[in-house]
Amino acid sequence: MTNGEHRVERATRASRLGAIAGAVVLAALIALPMWGSSSHMRLLVELLSMLTLAQMWNLLAGYGGLVSVGQQAYLGLGGYALIVLADFLGLNPFLSVFLAGFVTAALAVPTAALVFRFQGGYFAVGTWVVAEVYHLLVANSAVLGGGLGRSLQAMRDIPRAQRERVTYWIALGVGVGAIALVYLLLRSRRGLALTAIRDSARAAESLGVDVFRSKLLVYLVAAFGCGVAGALIYLNLLRILPTAAFSVNWTASMIFVVVIGGIGTLEGPIVGTLVYFALRELLADYGTWYLIILGAVAIVVMVRAPQGLWGLVAERFDLRFFPLQRRVRLRDA
Amino acid sequence: MSLLSVRSLAAFYGDFQALFDVSLDVEAGEIVAIIGANGAGKSTFLRSVVGLNASARETIRFDGQPIGGRPTHEIVARGIALVPEGRRIFPSLTVEENLLIGRHHGRGGRWSLARIYELFPVLAQRRAVAGPALSGGEQQMLAIGRALMSNPRLLLLDEVSLGLAPIIVHDLYRRLPSIIGEGTTAVIVEQDVSQALGVCDRLYCFQEGRITLTGTPRQLTRDQISAAYFGV
Amino acid sequence: MDWVNTIVQGVLLGGLYTLFATGLSLVFGIMRVVNLAHGDFIILAAFLGVVAIGIAGLHPFLTLLIVVPLMFGLGYLIQRGLLSLTLDRGVLPPLLVTFGLSIIIQNLLLEIFSADDRRLDAGWIETASVRLGGQVAIGWYPLIVFAAAVLAIAALQVLFSRTALGRAFRATADDQETVRLMGIDSRHTYGLAVAIAFAIIALAGVFLGIRTTFSPDIGPGRLLVAFETVVIGGLGSLWGTLVGGVVLGVAHAIGAKIDPAYRELAGHLVFLLVLLIRPQGLFARPVRDA
Repeated sequence: MTNGEHRVERATRASRLGAIAGAVVLAALIALPMWGSSSHMRLLVELLSMLTLAQMWNLLAGYGGLVSVGQQAYLGLGGYALIVLADFLGLNPFLSVFLAGFVTAALAVPTAALVFRFQGGYFAVGTWVVAEVYHLLVANSAVLGGGLGRSLQAMRDIPRAQRERVTYWIALGVGVGAIALVYLLLRSRRGLALTAIRDSARAAESLGVDVFRSKLLVYLVAAFGCGVAGALIYLNLLRILPTAAFSVNWTASMIFVVVIGGIGTLEGPIVGTLVYFALRELLADYGTWYLIILGAVAIVVMVRAPQGLWGLVAERFDLRFFPLQRRVRLRDA
Repeated sequence: MSLLSVRSLAAFYGDFQALFDVSLDVEAGEIVAIIGANGAGKSTFLRSVVGLNASARETIRFDGQPIGGRPTHEIVARGIALVPEGRRIFPSLTVEENLLIGRHHGRGGRWSLARIYELFPVLAQRRAVAGPALSGGEQQMLAIGRALMSNPRLLLLDEVSLGLAPIIVHDLYRRLPSIIGEGTTAVIVEQDVSQALGVCDRLYCFQEGRITLTGTPRQLTRDQISAAYFGV
Repeated sequence: MDWVNTIVQGVLLGGLYTLFATGLSLVFGIMRVVNLAHGDFIILAAFLGVVAIGIAGLHPFLTLLIVVPLMFGLGYLIQRGLLSLTLDRGVLPPLLVTFGLSIIIQNLLLEIFSADDRRLDAGWIETASVRLGGQVAIGWYPLIVFAAAVLAIAALQVLFSRTALGRAFRATADDQETVRLMGIDSRHTYGLAVAIAFAIIALAGVFLGIRTTFSPDIGPGRLLVAFETVVIGGLGSLWGTLVGGVVLGVAHAIGAKIDPAYRELAGHLVFLLVLLIRPQGLFARPVRDA
């Protein structure tokens, strides 16, 4: 946008370099089935699912100001939606992963009508209660397999190698798609409103931002994303169990990833996911101590460095890989 | 030795500096007025004295003891009471409870619940009413009464005229000397210059965080005060 | 007649639920913080009971003499040492810190005590009951718990409305800056508020441990029960919490009678119903602008 006197820019040097680096990494990842192993692909599917979940939780909490401890609801519902779409309705299982997101987003509408009656901490527990309700409803329905869960039948006829590859590529699509979705959302006008809400909901409201609508949009998008992630996870695992699918531990991981990585930034969840998996490898032999350490690290980060690891780096070096900010360049500068 | 002695006080709100190198004294038994326009730093000054704004240790002395940097509840226990800007009545407490909490950490002295009710009969009538139901003038009386309940040696009044009808302000200032009474020292922050002049022994004028004038009402002319107030 | 019995059990169960909820609502009422580790602290108290019995061979009721003061102190320390660091930074930090605590407590308990079910054995009182009118049986133990809940609420009510400390609590909740002008150390006040909440949590934990088996992972479930109780009863009302507990207890009892698997679902549905029809709860006080 040019206007004689000044220009509004978005890209920075870092973001241009970042875009190039990202493209290289992406190309390598797309080609992974050629040079990597089965276990590499499986690990990456897990990582990309976690990344998607984290981006969604970050969108909710970091930009919408909504702390949800109930996102596992949409994860579980997404997984079951996959089974219903692929097994019961006979749709293409890979397409169903994507469609599952629409199912969960649809369910998020009446859910929002209930939980949005709460604010702050009560909203957090309210979402948890709702997740439990979904859990119990699913666990008590015989047609969905009840408490013992179900297997995903639709993938049975596909040869293993092909199944793994396609699942992997879908995961890649989902992961990149999640980042793209959040990025585009934040770049839009609505995104500007969200960033304003992130900084101060009250101030944003006084400027005419429709805070409620923005929060609702964010909630629905996050439900969509978590639903797709859930479907992806169970496409990979091939068997779903209600207690595991609706477990609050999923949200615990999302929270950990976002807090450690850096809340309210796009890069944060990426960094956080990498740290999460690195820690998991490192502390694999320590059982419950791994979780204790995770919890302690999250607390320390929240108290000492609430902007997270990426936040620390970004502040120090004034770095931003995703060009979300607009800068004014004066004509003779 | 002055009761309150301030030397080179600075105050910040984040990166914004509100007070620059402020020095003043208040002798025991005096009524000192601090006047100045909005944003001059008057309220910030009172907040610093009472510890709600951070200050360096030696910049503020009360009764010879350095109180800079101490927590508010400790400073107040030494005998300072602030009637805050905007009254800040506790909405969940009744009138009587607001007064009672004023003496939570107080000393003996002439002020008691009975005497406050004598001073402000309207509070006695409304003693069981919750704070927010009172009118502006009544809330101001309550805020002053609450501060008096701790029998302070130094009473700080922050913009008591704000938001009140002129007739109420007039009445309040007419009674102020007797309210403050013998033995109590007072610092009054006020935008309404004529009211301040009518009641104080000495005054300081603040402008953009600095003291621009000091003297007694007798010594200073209107023009001098205007110049110092507006910084022209 | 069996239904009458069920409802009576539900009402008495409400006493325990009230104890669960009171600590949660106290901390929220004064500090606007929802302690996501609330349920886990209840379980921690129950395990402290286990330890006290193991070391001193006490009757579970007597362990209260140790567990309550211990939890009181723990609450004070956690507030002053940890939660206070997050209070003026918005909604996220206290929630996330308490969530981290929840994970740590659950897994520490798991590490120390293993996942086995435990119980605090109080002997004959657990099953003793008195018959009313031939058909209805009231257990002594649930009655004791209910009475304890009523006493706790009454004591808190008196504390809040008639004592200087209670005034200090209410004023600090209103305006923690101005309260310092009254010579009140708001940090200490917050510490005491959490300490008292933890003392009630201790009561809840030990009573829970006597009534039913417990294990390190059931904390979150107790948080949800406490939360639903508070919401049904109405924020800001102590006696409302008792009503909320009774309503939830009856819902659970009736749900369980229809089918044991429907127990919690019945509670959730009642909760959602209240949320739909009367979101401020049954006895809400007008909420001050935060």
